[in-house]
Amino acid sequence: MSTDINYSEKIPNNVNLAEDRTLQRALEHWQPGFISWWKDMGPEGSLDYDVYLRTAVSVEPNGWAQFGHVKMPDYRWGIFLTPGQPDAKIGFGEHKGEPVWQEVPGEHRANLRRIIVTQGDTEPASVEQQRHLGLTCPSLYDLRNLFQVNVEEGRHLWAMVYLLHRHFGRDGREEAEALLTRRSGDSDNPRILGAFNEKTPDWLSLFMFTYFTDRDGKYQLCALAESGFEPLARTTKFMLTEEAHHMFVGESGVSRVIQRTCQVMNELKTDEPAKVRAAGAIDLPTIQRYLNFHYSVTIDLFGADQSSNAATFYTSGLKGRFEETRRSDDHVLKSETYRLLNIIDGRLVEHEAPMLNALNEVLRDDYIKDSVGGVERWNKVIDKAGVAFRLKVPHKAFHRKIGTLSEFRVSPDGRVISETEWTANVTGWLPTAEDRAFVASLMGRVVEPGKFANWIAPPAVGVNRQPLNFEYVRFN
Amino acid sequence: MEPAGAIADTLTSPLVDYQTHPDRYKHYKASYDGPVATLRIDIDEDAGIRPGYKLKLNSYDLGVDIELYDAIQRIRFEHPEVRTVVLTSAKDRVFCSGANIFMLGKSSHAWKVNFCKFTNETRNGLEDSSRHSGLKFIAACNGTTAGGGYEVALACDEIILIDDSSSAVSLPEVPLLGVLPGTGGLTRVTDKRKVRHDLADIFCTTTEGVRGVRAREWRLVDAVVKPSEFAGYVQQRAVQMAAKSDRPQDARGITLAPLKRAIDDNGYHYEYVDVEIDSASRRATLTVKAPAKAQPDDIQGILAAGANWWPLQTGRELDDAILMLRTNHLDVGIWLLKTQGDADQVLAADATLAKHKNHWLVRETIGLLRRTLARLEVSSRTLIALIEPGSAFAGTLLELALAADRTYMLDLPDDPGTAPKLVLSELNFGAYPRVDGVSRVESRFYGETEPVGKARSAIGRKLSAQDAAALGLITAALDDIDWNDEIRIVLEERASMSPDALTGMEANLRFGVTETMETRVFGRLSAWQNWIFIRPNAVGETGALKVFGTGTKAKFNWERV
Repeated sequence: MSTDINYSEKIPNNVNLAEDRTLQRALEHWQPGFISWWKDMGPEGSLDYDVYLRTAVSVEPNGWAQFGHVKMPDYRWGIFLTPGQPDAKIGFGEHKGEPVWQEVPGEHRANLRRIIVTQGDTEPASVEQQRHLGLTCPSLYDLRNLFQVNVEEGRHLWAMVYLLHRHFGRDGREEAEALLTRRSGDSDNPRILGAFNEKTPDWLSLFMFTYFTDRDGKYQLCALAESGFEPLARTTKFMLTEEAHHMFVGESGVSRVIQRTCQVMNELKTDEPAKVRAAGAIDLPTIQRYLNFHYSVTIDLFGADQSSNAATFYTSGLKGRFEETRRSDDHVLKSETYRLLNIIDGRLVEHEAPMLNALNEVLRDDYIKDSVGGVERWNKVIDKAGVAFRLKVPHKAFHRKIGTLSEFRVSPDGRVISETEWTANVTGWLPTAEDRAFVASLMGRVVEPGKFANWIAPPAVGVNRQPLNFEYVRFN
Repeated sequence: MEPAGAIADTLTSPLVDYQTHPDRYKHYKASYDGPVATLRIDIDEDAGIRPGYKLKLNSYDLGVDIELYDAIQRIRFEHPEVRTVVLTSAKDRVFCSGANIFMLGKSSHAWKVNFCKFTNETRNGLEDSSRHSGLKFIAACNGTTAGGGYEVALACDEIILIDDSSSAVSLPEVPLLGVLPGTGGLTRVTDKRKVRHDLADIFCTTTEGVRGVRAREWRLVDAVVKPSEFAGYVQQRAVQMAAKSDRPQDARGITLAPLKRAIDDNGYHYEYVDVEIDSASRRATLTVKAPAKAQPDDIQGILAAGANWWPLQTGRELDDAILMLRTNHLDVGIWLLKTQGDADQVLAADATLAKHKNHWLVRETIGLLRRTLARLEVSSRTLIALIEPGSAFAGTLLELALAADRTYMLDLPDDPGTAPKLVLSELNFGAYPRVDGVSRVESRFYGETEPVGKARSAIGRKLSAQDAAALGLITAALDDIDWNDEIRIVLEERASMSPDALTGMEANLRFGVTETMETRVFGRLSAWQNWIFIRPNAVGETGALKVFGTGTKAKFNWERV
């Protein structure tokens, strides 16, 4: 076996990579493929940049966030699992109370592989979706945050590839290769999930995406962190520490856009969108339309409201619920029910369904509660500015493409409406081509240290307590 | 008989044992007169292999069939001078009335299926010996020949029915029991005897059967003979048939000594075959070992070795192991097939087998190996061959891998000295046809000339995993890094699937193209008889099989399915 790679140096890890021939052999093929993918599909034109990045070098409290300027192709993508608990037991489903699995049980191979591949596919997909955004960054600070998100999505890909390489043999290696060959938005070879083939055309979309869609990632990871397959549980637990940063980028990004908009509204003493736009800020109704779009597209990611796969995954101990261990039911759920929405005779009605089949909806509802919290924090920014406007998440039946509700037209306030009413109002509910063109028109590149684009307020503090005029990215 | 050990307590209790000896027969009597052997059916009605029924009227159960199988095997090996076997009854007015109905009514589905499979194999074995070894069979039906009794007669070369105005041949299963004459009866009536289908329809729905001249005219029997002439005619035909045989006239047989077999909690342990059972994982590892020392390569040496000659002893041990596993370990769904030892010794033995294949003992040994290996594909178990260092998958032993549903071979390109090899021999190309009459190499490639030709030109070459993969002889070459995980996952995943669906799928995939009478017998048993065996019309509370003999009439659900 050749030893071109000094594993522990180049690939920080806590999985004993230096002595694991299975992993070494797999990575010898995959790692060059990953770098080549990064060069082709990673942030455009960024290969030479020195970026002030956080790198995880260990799972210790002081090890997961080491800061320094790095060229992204040289970023030390590592493999980390949160340390396991001795004598850990499976917490739910038919295997509840049995010791967790350290190896893939053959019986669940296909389902586990599917779960891991689906999760893994979203990671490079979002890097691909965001690859042009660096050309229109509103500041060095934001550019650095984008790159940080990108390299961490890359690391999350590594995390899933680790599981495939370590536990799924030849099939796993083939699936890991395929993660590098699918392309977001390529109709011949698309990414697996629909939302990850959409464009992320501008920074408002990026912030919405990292707030809403990365939060879907958080909920999926939380459900997987409960898995009876312990390597998956431990891997996803560590990924969650990084996912929090991505959501921070989204929440603070939208918040700063709102802050700037309110500032302009107050300066001009206007609430007319046209005037706000004329002053180079993004009017609040446009922000609401972006929110409506990203929210509705994201809640579709949780899947159909009734799903036999969800029931199977839970019952077999592969994927739990959000905060499974904190729940007080029997964690088997065979006799539990859950209320689902349906539309009968033009009215939204609730009906009971077996909870095992409704677990996608359970996770979606947990997600919805959490997303509403951030929106309320945005409203505080608006309140603080004294502006009379409230952002709201739309009704969960609004603009759905998956599940029972996808067959109906529902307004953001939850009225079942006709196609005619939908068509007459949709431009007020979802971003129009004109909205997107306007937002795109604001996207100029601001790279002078300490400067920020006109449409966004500076953050309160810099990264790692660095000043705002810190050279977060050096272009060389 | 060996002590059964703890296995007997856990699964099928007591253990069914396929090893027996004429000294212990309860149901058959064999006598020898020059080229003619006579096997008299004389079933002890109180000696069923399981309690709860009486084997009246020469009706049989698995225990009776085990004796028939043993008796035929001994004629093959211990009595080479025998050329014709007369199967008749020691009882008055009844030849054989078939499988015992009360036994069938009490049996579990699995027991019935396994019993019928072994019965089929034994009957196919009669035809196999007739086809390959010059051993001919006469059914001398000296009384009522009903159901399975007629089915065993059908497996003989000639059926002679006594013409006493009352003895008939019959297949009364449909009208009487609501099941089929499914262990070859329906198939052989048409396929072998060429009874016209409408006459067969009458025959198979008539409880009293057909006797006398009509039985001969309908081709149900070859001759009908008055009682006074019966014995003489049978003897005359036996001698006439013997005259055409090439079995030796003056040879002395070898003794089929009891197998040296130890049974313990872990499985069955023979000299050349070892069965290790992992109950928790529901799988068994069958390891067949190459001879440790050189085997005789001339006839004198082979005769001197007798039942200890490696090919014969190994064949007998493997045969017993397969039967024990099939009957006594129903939930052991995966058999891992392994070999061990020096492949060159196997190839040397193969060369001897090929060189002397016309000698009676060598021919019988090849026949035993052929019939034993053919049990594999009709076993309702997943077969996975693992080719690892120290294995001896060469020639005859390679048949195990070729019979498997999947074959994994360890690939060690950097360590060719340790890497396992696989070797084809001439015997892989026709000596051991499966029940579809096709060799395993031919069958693997659906008879396509190019891959079969390439395999043939590789005879004698020690093939690495990559060579074997290139020739299509294995499923996958896995290196040492992948081996453990891949195999573990394959086995665990397989073990989680529906055993019924796997049985059906495996049988479908194993027998791809060619059908023979034997495949039809097995296939129709599985498709029709085993379906009927689980239907309420047969085995429900008021099903025909259940109420037979109680005086209650069966109640059917009249829907045609």
